[in-house]
Amino acid sequence: MAITEEAPPGAEPTAAGTGPDPTAAGAGPAGSTPRTAAAVPGRAAGSTAGEGWHLTSPGALTVLLLVVVVVQGPLRRALGAPVMQSWMTVFVAVVVQALPFLVLGVLLSAALAVFVPPSFFARALPRRPALAVPVAGVAGAMLPGCECASVPVAGALVRRGVTPAAALAFLLSAPAINPIVLTATAVAFPHDPEMVLARFTASLLVACAMGWLWQRLGRPGWLRPPAPGAYEGRSRGAAFWGSVRHDVMHAGGFLVVGAMAAATLKAVAPASWLRTAAGNPVVAVLALAVLAVLLSICSEADAFVAASLSQFSLTARLAFLVVGPMIDLKLFAMQAGTFGRAFAVRFAPATFALAVLVSVLAGAVLL
Amino acid sequence: MNRQAQAVVLFLVGAALLHAGLSGLYLRYVKAGLQPMLLASGTVLVVTALATLWYERRGAGTAAVGAGAPGQAPAPPGSPRPADHRPTPDDHHHGPDDHHHGPDGHHREPRISWLLVLPLFALILVAPPALGSYSAVRTGTALQPPYGYAALPAGSPLRLSVVDYAGRAAYDRGRSLGGRPVQVTGFVALDRTGAPYLVRMALNCCAADAQPVKIGLTGRIPPVLQPDSWLQVTGIYTPRRTRDPVNGGPIPFLAVTQAKPVPTPRDPYDETWNQ
Repeated sequence: MAITEEAPPGAEPTAAGTGPDPTAAGAGPAGSTPRTAAAVPGRAAGSTAGEGWHLTSPGALTVLLLVVVVVQGPLRRALGAPVMQSWMTVFVAVVVQALPFLVLGVLLSAALAVFVPPSFFARALPRRPALAVPVAGVAGAMLPGCECASVPVAGALVRRGVTPAAALAFLLSAPAINPIVLTATAVAFPHDPEMVLARFTASLLVACAMGWLWQRLGRPGWLRPPAPGAYEGRSRGAAFWGSVRHDVMHAGGFLVVGAMAAATLKAVAPASWLRTAAGNPVVAVLALAVLAVLLSICSEADAFVAASLSQFSLTARLAFLVVGPMIDLKLFAMQAGTFGRAFAVRFAPATFALAVLVSVLAGAVLL
Repeated sequence: MNRQAQAVVLFLVGAALLHAGLSGLYLRYVKAGLQPMLLASGTVLVVTALATLWYERRGAGTAAVGAGAPGQAPAPPGSPRPADHRPTPDDHHHGPDDHHHGPDGHHREPRISWLLVLPLFALILVAPPALGSYSAVRTGTALQPPYGYAALPAGSPLRLSVVDYAGRAAYDRGRSLGGRPVQVTGFVALDRTGAPYLVRMALNCCAADAQPVKIGLTGRIPPVLQPDSWLQVTGIYTPRRTRDPVNGGPIPFLAVTQAKPVPTPRDPYDETWNQ
């Protein structure tokens, strides 16, 4: 069976604590001055401006915008230290760089969800999940872009009834084996063309292995059903733009979390640690695998960073290139947002371990 | 966050991307080639915001059947704000059925969506500068052997990028320069001992992957060097070189004959590795 049953509506898809809240939602006209909604305890609208008040979200947003505009002078001075500036530059850079790819992925995902009938995937993919996994993994080569695009698309595939094992294989392979990324790898390693082959092979192997692993061991309960049947009964325009809005707000928030983590690492951790790690071959592989997770670099650019880590062995750098597009801080946050935390905490460590293992094997055979 | 607030955030983020893409601000953070993608995604976000307000105004709660073709087009700019056309959300918030109204029903996005205002503020209010000497000193030089040495134009002094000079000096022992005076532009960084370097950050995709390429300065160095100030340095090749204390990479030197302060270039990064 390539098509899963539509999961019954399970847990509330929003994070805990933002559940139904009719009073605050319906009462105030948009943009009204902030008002307290005493009937809804425990819901501070927005952690940034909340401070224990209960606001309607447009009201809270208005207050937040006003406050920040008023205090911008002191704010700028407070952020003047070199470490803070460097942090902010990297933070803004990661967000600005990733947003276009996120939007691309979100548009594709909305188009999949609204305009492609589920029967298409039933015909396009083999009926047996064991075969659907490698087909979906190879199909990942068709999504040009980096990992930010693949998360919403994989979410849409699950929503459209594609068996999760195949969607996950696609999720993992797409950012690593598409032509743009492989070309960048070839350019970054002009003297080691076998690096391209090793990256392609290792990434595809890990993606398929994770798909099969999920098929054997995964439980549907771990995977939060991504709002099944969300788009029935509405005009296609409304459904399309509703999906775009929902995915951008959702994944965008998680993207910001990942960008903050990556900026912190880049601005604070001393690069000389790496030099120590490069000496021991085992430590070197693990160090670069962990670095790939922490740095959260776009998969189109990671080959150039790997090339510059020339004190490390080629196998260690291969691990960097295989792990990075599959699991990093930014991706973990986005996966938790799309598929649920229960999924992410199981999927991410397994992916990491498998990616390191396969990289070492591929490095031993191919490099 | 309800949908009107979401529309406002989407609109502002889209507008910020358009502003950064059109004003050249984006060059501080990402590669030049990303501009079309930035403008396109900014436009999509603005259209999404307007479409959200448009469908909200038409009353998404009644859109059960036949909200047909006219709804496909996004709202024109300036469509009135949906102040009081919202259906009572009570209709939709009873029990597990919530899901069937899906993303466009009345559930809100989780609080994490609020974080989207952070990059917005950072970009619009603070607009942090491109990476400078702080990152340059903490990161090892990324100098790689060049693929080849292109023929140099005539003229004196010879204008070269920091990366080009460093590559020719470190891996070709300056032979292709033929003793000609060269002119390079970069920013000043001082290491822990106070030794001055002329640096350009080389960028592949965004500032998160930017890495410095460093040239040591020797000869007639200006008496006062301010880190992060931009200099146009004229000088000649010198065989002196050192190793970067961070990663052991080669740092060639340039014997300065003249140094002149210049404004920050439009694109502060070196993107020659981006081809």
